Amino acid sequence: MAQIELRQVEKKFGESFAVKPLDLTIQNGEFIVLLGPSGCGKTTTLRMISGLEAVTTGTILLDGRDVTWAHPSDRDIAFVFQFFALYSHMTARENIAFPLQAQRVPRAEISAKVAEVARMLRIEHILDSKPGSLSGGDQQRVALARALVRRPAAFLMDEPLGALDAEFREGMRAEIKQLHIRQEATTVYVTHDQIEAMAMGDRIVIMSKAQVQQVGTPHQVYHDPANLFVARFIGSPGMNLLNARYSDGKAILPGGSAVTVPGAYRAALDHALNDSDGAVIVGFRPEALRVNVTDGECSGVVYADDLHGGYSMLHLELADDVIIHGRMSRDTAHPIGETMVFDIDPAMMRFFHPKTELAIHINGGAA
Amino acid sequence: MAAANQSPRYYVNYSTRVDKVGLRPQINTAVRATVAVIVTVIMLIPVIWMGMTAFKNRPDAVSVPPKVFFEPTLEGFVFLLTDRRQLTAAEDEQLSARNDLSYFEQVALERGQSIIGQSAFPSQLINSLIISGVSTFFSVAFGVLAAYAFSRFNIPGKDDLLFFILSQRMLPAVVVTIPIFLMYREVGLHDTHLGMILLYTAFNLSFSVWLLKGFIDEIPREYEEAALVDGYTRLQAFRKVVLPQAVTGIAATTVFALIFSWNEYAFALMLTSDVARTAPPSIPIRLGTGGIEWAAIAAGSLLFLIPVVIVTFALRKHLLRGVTFGAIRKG
Amino acid sequence: MSDIRLENITKRFGDHAALHEVSLQVKDREFFVLLGPTGAGKTTTLRVIAGLEKQDHGHVYFDGQMIDSFQPADRDVAFVFQQYSLYPNLSVYDNLAFPLRSPLRRTPEPTIKERVTAAAEILRISHLLDRKTARLSGGEMQRVSIGRAIVRKPRAFLMDEPLSNLDAKLRESLRVELKHIQKTQGSTSIFVTHDQIEALTMADRIAVLDDGVILQMGTPFDIYDRPATMFVATLVGTPRINLLNAHRHNGHLRIEKSPLEMPVPGDQMPERVTIGVRPEDVRVDSEGSFTGSVALIEPLGVETILHIQSGDQLLLSVIPGTSPIRLNEQVRFDFARDRLHYFDTNGRRL
Repeated sequence: MAQIELRQVEKKFGESFAVKPLDLTIQNGEFIVLLGPSGCGKTTTLRMISGLEAVTTGTILLDGRDVTWAHPSDRDIAFVFQFFALYSHMTARENIAFPLQAQRVPRAEISAKVAEVARMLRIEHILDSKPGSLSGGDQQRVALARALVRRPAAFLMDEPLGALDAEFREGMRAEIKQLHIRQEATTVYVTHDQIEAMAMGDRIVIMSKAQVQQVGTPHQVYHDPANLFVARFIGSPGMNLLNARYSDGKAILPGGSAVTVPGAYRAALDHALNDSDGAVIVGFRPEALRVNVTDGECSGVVYADDLHGGYSMLHLELADDVIIHGRMSRDTAHPIGETMVFDIDPAMMRFFHPKTELAIHINGGAA
Repeated sequence: MAAANQSPRYYVNYSTRVDKVGLRPQINTAVRATVAVIVTVIMLIPVIWMGMTAFKNRPDAVSVPPKVFFEPTLEGFVFLLTDRRQLTAAEDEQLSARNDLSYFEQVALERGQSIIGQSAFPSQLINSLIISGVSTFFSVAFGVLAAYAFSRFNIPGKDDLLFFILSQRMLPAVVVTIPIFLMYREVGLHDTHLGMILLYTAFNLSFSVWLLKGFIDEIPREYEEAALVDGYTRLQAFRKVVLPQAVTGIAATTVFALIFSWNEYAFALMLTSDVARTAPPSIPIRLGTGGIEWAAIAAGSLLFLIPVVIVTFALRKHLLRGVTFGAIRKG
Repeated sequence: MSDIRLENITKRFGDHAALHEVSLQVKDREFFVLLGPTGAGKTTTLRVIAGLEKQDHGHVYFDGQMIDSFQPADRDVAFVFQQYSLYPNLSVYDNLAFPLRSPLRRTPEPTIKERVTAAAEILRISHLLDRKTARLSGGEMQRVSIGRAIVRKPRAFLMDEPLSNLDAKLRESLRVELKHIQKTQGSTSIFVTHDQIEALTMADRIAVLDDGVILQMGTPFDIYDRPATMFVATLVGTPRINLLNAHRHNGHLRIEKSPLEMPVPGDQMPERVTIGVRPEDVRVDSEGSFTGSVALIEPLGVETILHIQSGDQLLLSVIPGTSPIRLNEQVRFDFARDRLHYFDTNGRRL
C-alpha cells in the first residue's frame, strides 16, 4: 500500500488554472475525499495522480518515488470511473480478469483471483452476465472488482456513485467504505456530494475554483469551517450565516436582534474586526438554533416549517430575504407568520471576517 | 438516470495524455492547417479551372498544354448569351468597317459571326430559379409539417410510412423518367413549370421529411406543451415555439433540397424542351458552329454556380451545425 | 383556485397500464405531492390533469365540473416542467409575458407589465427581466418557469419535478421558497417528485404511487409514521428503514439471522412478519436489551449513522451529533418499541 504526496502540483489549461498549486500528503491506508462543486479541479487532481492528465508543474511522489512523468500503467494504481467503463462485449468475469491478462498472469491464478474478489463483493452469481444486463449497482461492483483484483497500491475513484439511483447509493457508499476498512488500501475518492464525503472520508479536501479551501476530518470541516465557502458547502442545509455588526460583546443580527458573543471570542473579534468597522459574519449550524426558550435574545418570523422524517426544519425570516434554518424535534408545528423567540447555542457559534471570508479563531484572531 | 443504467460507455476523452505530451501543440496545429489547405486546394481545382476557362478565348481554352496564364476575355459569356450566324466574307468586311458596334458585336465579329438574337440561356436560368426555388419552398414547407407530425403524433403505421417515404429515394431517377414522361404528356404537364415543380417537390419531400424529423425530434416536447397549457393552440405553438428552434434544420434542408433541384439533369432533359427547360441540360449543348464552345460552357457553369453559392453562403452558419448535428446523427 | 378530483383514471400505453383506477381529490389551496419511483405514473397523472394526455377511462373534475373534453388551453392550469420549457429566443420578460399574450387571454400590455413585475418580485428575479433565458443559471431558469405559472393566476399549478435538475444546495433553498410562496399565495398545487424529502417537506398531503396504483394517501406524518406498505416504508426516510424478518417462537418474535428477540406485541401477530425500524428509533443505550458491534460509522456532522451488526443482521442507527463510539466496539441498543412497524408477508402493514 502506498503514501501519495503532491508537492506544488498545478494544472493550467491555457492561461486559466484548473488546479492551483496544491500540497497534499495522503497517508498509507488513508481514505481521502476530494470534495467540491463541478469544475473545482477535484477530478483534474485525481487524474493527475493517476497519470491520465499531465501536471503543468509540481511533483507527485508515490511511496517516495517520483512518478510525475510515469505512464499510468507504471504507477500501480487502479481507477474507478463514474460510468463504470466496463467493456460491454465482455462478461463480468472477463472484465474483471482484463487487467490481469494485461500483466500476463497465468490463467489458473487469474481465475483464483477473480473468484476471490467476486466473493468479497458478493457478485459470484453475475460473473457470466454481460454488463448491459446488470443493474447500476452491480455494474459498479464489477468495476470495483476489476480495480481490486490487481491489488494496486492505491485506488482512485471518480464519483463512482454518481451514476447510481439514489436507492443504491447509500448501500454502495457503505460497501465501498467497508471494503476500504478490510483492505486498508490508500484511497482517493472524488465527489460533489458533501454527505458522501462526510460519511466516507478519513479526511476531506474541500476545493473550489481550482483551490483547496480546507483539509480536515469530517468533524473539523463541519464544526470549524476555515471559510464561508466550507461553512456553506458542508451540511444540509449549510451553516446559517448572518451579516452582523459587533460591538460591546454583542452581535446585532439583521432585523435588530442582538446575540451575546461568547466571552472566549471577544478578544479575537476585537482584534480581527478593527479593519471592518465591526462588520462580522455570525455562523451557526441549524441544530444550534433553540426556540421556545424563555429568555431568548432574538426573534424571527416563521417562513416555513417542514417535516424531514425523524425531525423537522424550521425556517425563520429575520429580515427581508434573510432566512435561517433550525433543526427541531417534530413535536410542534409552527404556522407561517408566527413570531418566534430564539437563541443560539453559544458553543456552536462561529465568526467570519466579512472581507477575507475566513474564520476568526478564538486564539489567533483572523486566520 | 436511465442512461446511466444502460450499456456502459468508454471514458476516453483524455485531453492531455501523458503519452502524448512529447508532441508540441504548435506543430500539431501547423500540420493540421497545412493538410487542410492542401485538401481544400485539391477540391477546388476543377472549380478554379472552370472559372479560368470561362474567361479564355477559343484557342486558349483548347490549347495543349493547358494555359495557366492567358489574356482574359468575355468571349465565353458573349457566346453563352447570344445566338449568332456565320458571316460571309463580304458581310465581315462591311461590319468591320463600322465603328458603332457594341462590345458583344465586336467579340462576335472577331470570330466572323454576327449576333442574331438573345440565346435561350437567360430564360433557362430563370426557369431554373423559378422551378428549384418554388419546389424547394414547398418541399421544405410540407416537409416540416410532415416531420413535425411524424415526430410528435402517434400516427398509425408510422414506421411503415416513414420507410415508404424513404423508399422514394431508392430508385434512380432515370428509371422512372419514361413512365413520368408518358404520364406528363397525357395530362399536359410536359414541359411546364408546374410539372417540374411538382416532380422536384415530390422527390425532395422524402429527403426533407427524414432530415427534418431528426431535427424536430431533438426539440424537447416540453416547449410546445408549455405553450399548450399556457393557452396557445397546437398550430400557434408550432409557429411560435417549434419553428424558431428548427431554423437550423430548415436551413440545412433548404440547401440540400435546393442543390438537388438546381442540379437535376435527367428529368429536366426528358421532361422539358422549350418552355420550361432548366439550365443543367442546356449548358452542355452550347455547341458552336464547328466545334464545342468550351469557354461558353464554362461561362454557363460559372453563372449557374452563383445562386447556390449565395444561398449556401447566407445559410452557412446554420448549415455547418445542421450537417454535423441533425443529419449525421439522426437523418 | 379550485379543487381537482380524479375519478377512476386508467391510462394505457399500448398494453401497459400506466395508471390503473387512480382516484384522488386535491382540495382548494392544498399542496399535493405525487411521490413514487420512475415509471410509477406520477407524470402521466399530471399530464392527464393538464389535458396533455387523454385518459382511457375515468373522469377529471375541476370544482365539480367534468372537463374531460377540454383542451389544455381551456383548462386554465399552469404547468412547470422539469426542464426545457423556457423559450431560448425570448427574454425573461417575454417568457413571463408569453402565457398572458396567448390569444385566449389577450391581456393588455399594461396589465402584463404589472403582473410580470409582481411575479418577478415574489421570485426575486426582477434584475433578470431583460436577460435572454439561455444565459441564466439552472436555479434562475426554474424560477422563471415558476414565474410563468404565477403570472397567469391559474386554477392550479402542476409541477413535474421542477427541482430535480438543480444542485443540492439550490434544491434545498428553492424547496423552502416554493412552499412559502404556495402557502402565502394559497394556490392549489400538484407537485410530482421521486424525491421523498421534497414530498415530506413541502406537501400538505402525499399520494404514493407505484406501477400506476396509489398505495397510500395522507399527510407527511401519516406516510412517515404509518406507512401502509413495506414499499412506502422504504421509499420515505433516509437512511432507509431497517426491515427485519422475524417469526414467532415461544411467545417471542425472533429476528432472523440474529440473536435479537422481543416479546410479541398484541395477539393479532401472524407467524411471520417483517419488522420495520426507522434508524432514529434504533437507540444506542447502555440499558438496552440488545447487543451488537459497530461495523461502520458515518459521521455526517449533524448526526452520525452507525452500522450495528448483530449476528448476521445489519442495523442502521442514527444518533444526533458526533459519537464517541469506535469502530468494532460492542454496544447495547434498543428499539423505540412504540414506533415499530409490522408488515405481513405480502408487505402490508399490520
